[in-house]
Amino acid sequence: MARSTRTLLVGLAVVGAGILLAALRVNPYVYFAGYVILQYVVMATAWNILGGYAGYVNFGTPAFFALGAYTAVFLIQSTRAPLPVLILAGGLVSGLLGLGIGYLTLRLRGVFFSIATLALSIVLQTMIINWEYVGGSRGLSVIRPSGPPFGSYVTFLFAVMVLLSVMAVTVARFIERSWVGRGLAALRDNEEAAECMGVPTLRLKLFATTVSGVLLGVAGAPFPYYVTFVEPTSAFNLDYAVNALAMPMIGGTTSWVGPVIGAVLLGTAQQLATVTISSEMNLFIVGVVLVAFVVLAPEGIVGLVRRVRGR
Amino acid sequence: MVAGLLLGGFYAAVSLGVSLIFGLLDIANIAQPAFVILGSYAAYVMNSSFGLDAILTGLLFTPVFYVLGAVVYRLYYGSFERRGEESLRGLVFFFGVLFIIEVSLSLKYGVDYRLVEAAYIGKSIDLGGVGIAFRLLVPCLVGLAMTLALHLFLSRTFYGRAVMAVSQDRLALRLMGADPVRIKTIAFGVGIAAASLAGALLITIAPVVPSTDRDYIGRMFAITVLGGMGSIAGTLVAAVILGVAESLMSTFFGPSWSLAVSFGILLVALAVRPAGLLGR
Repeated sequence: MARSTRTLLVGLAVVGAGILLAALRVNPYVYFAGYVILQYVVMATAWNILGGYAGYVNFGTPAFFALGAYTAVFLIQSTRAPLPVLILAGGLVSGLLGLGIGYLTLRLRGVFFSIATLALSIVLQTMIINWEYVGGSRGLSVIRPSGPPFGSYVTFLFAVMVLLSVMAVTVARFIERSWVGRGLAALRDNEEAAECMGVPTLRLKLFATTVSGVLLGVAGAPFPYYVTFVEPTSAFNLDYAVNALAMPMIGGTTSWVGPVIGAVLLGTAQQLATVTISSEMNLFIVGVVLVAFVVLAPEGIVGLVRRVRGR
Repeated sequence: MVAGLLLGGFYAAVSLGVSLIFGLLDIANIAQPAFVILGSYAAYVMNSSFGLDAILTGLLFTPVFYVLGAVVYRLYYGSFERRGEESLRGLVFFFGVLFIIEVSLSLKYGVDYRLVEAAYIGKSIDLGGVGIAFRLLVPCLVGLAMTLALHLFLSRTFYGRAVMAVSQDRLALRLMGADPVRIKTIAFGVGIAAASLAGALLITIAPVVPSTDRDYIGRMFAITVLGGMGSIAGTLVAAVILGVAESLMSTFFGPSWSLAVSFGILLVALAVRPAGLLGR
């Protein structure tokens, strides 16, 4: 009990610090960059619930993210719904997609699952391209609602993202510490053995894919207001897939801290590279760092730290 | 329809490498399309600076790609396969390789469309009222030749048979006195070498940008899965099916839908019949 209270306090403190930072109004670029980094914290954490805990590598991250974003676009177009509604709806729709993907794991494991998720992303993108109401292939510009609760709209979105990332990390941490996390770890290591030991593998997998989908959709829902112009190529960008996968891999996939460390490090490095060198360079960095970590330090930074401590 | 058939021959050429590496060796080389694009750029560079024919370049570069493939496999083997943790980390490894190749190309050559020039591009012959563009015919013929060559390699030569054996029973192969790792290195090298030629064909058919590889991930794996994981004849059949399906789709519904065909077929094939059309 004391422990969960402490977690709650730490979470609240982070949210408070975020809002304080938003109220400080330093250089606006800080919020722009910070939003992207926090968005990656949410995405990396969401990816890790399925990829790290359950061992199902999802290449379809852009599908879930863009589905969240396009659900928001649809609601903005049709009803001009407020931001909290957009976030809830985005999470709900992406969560349903996650549930569907979960049933796919009945037949597809390992590599085949990964390729199927990649295929899913492209099929969804084609459907969005051909759906004129949400902008089709040309894209759609979205007008931000006037009068955010505080600061400029970007600082407001930044604060929202702080809240969302704290929420995502809390969910991941809770899953990791509960019997659900242990069940997922069991099926990651050997699905047949876990099933034989009485672990409800299907229910756990469905739970993991759904939660992962919800969080990715939630990360995508504020996206239209952030960029103010949504088009399929950027929303379904495969860069999200490699980033959402590289960040937990670099940080460490077995613990909730891993994706956060990875997202903050890699996200910051990319923001710096985009400003100082070129935007293509940042993907190159991701690729090289990803391959280097997978080959040399498969346990990620968390694993490295543990090894040093263990000695 | 005819264009679809011709496209099918070309798709077979593109997918042979995946069929060999993923289907037979069971290595999830998701970076294969990037190697194909690398082949396209090799063809482009040689064509624009020396005026060399694209397909000839593709052929000339096969040894280079073979060595490249062998090196990549050794790295993969040393880091993952020997430790027995190949499937997931290996997949991530190749995903990283895909991005490294793609971004290196766009850093070096930019994101403009590149194309090659050859005497036969733009010409066509008339067969009973149906015009057939050499631009499509030549890649199709080369693709068929490659399919045949790989089939002969696998069924007639010692190394080819050893590759088939390694996919079935590694221990038995070792008892026969052949080294599985060496055989796999050879097969991986051949698969990547096929990408060199396939890349040359690709740039003959249409202009190429570094990110073209993303479109081909789905096609390649759809064809390999549909064809039955490593069956060379199945690959050809599946490639033709996909080629025809795509060109019909693009005629009736517009070109923006044609990419979804391959991925749609892939999803259905994976969900309904993972063993493929001509599966074992």
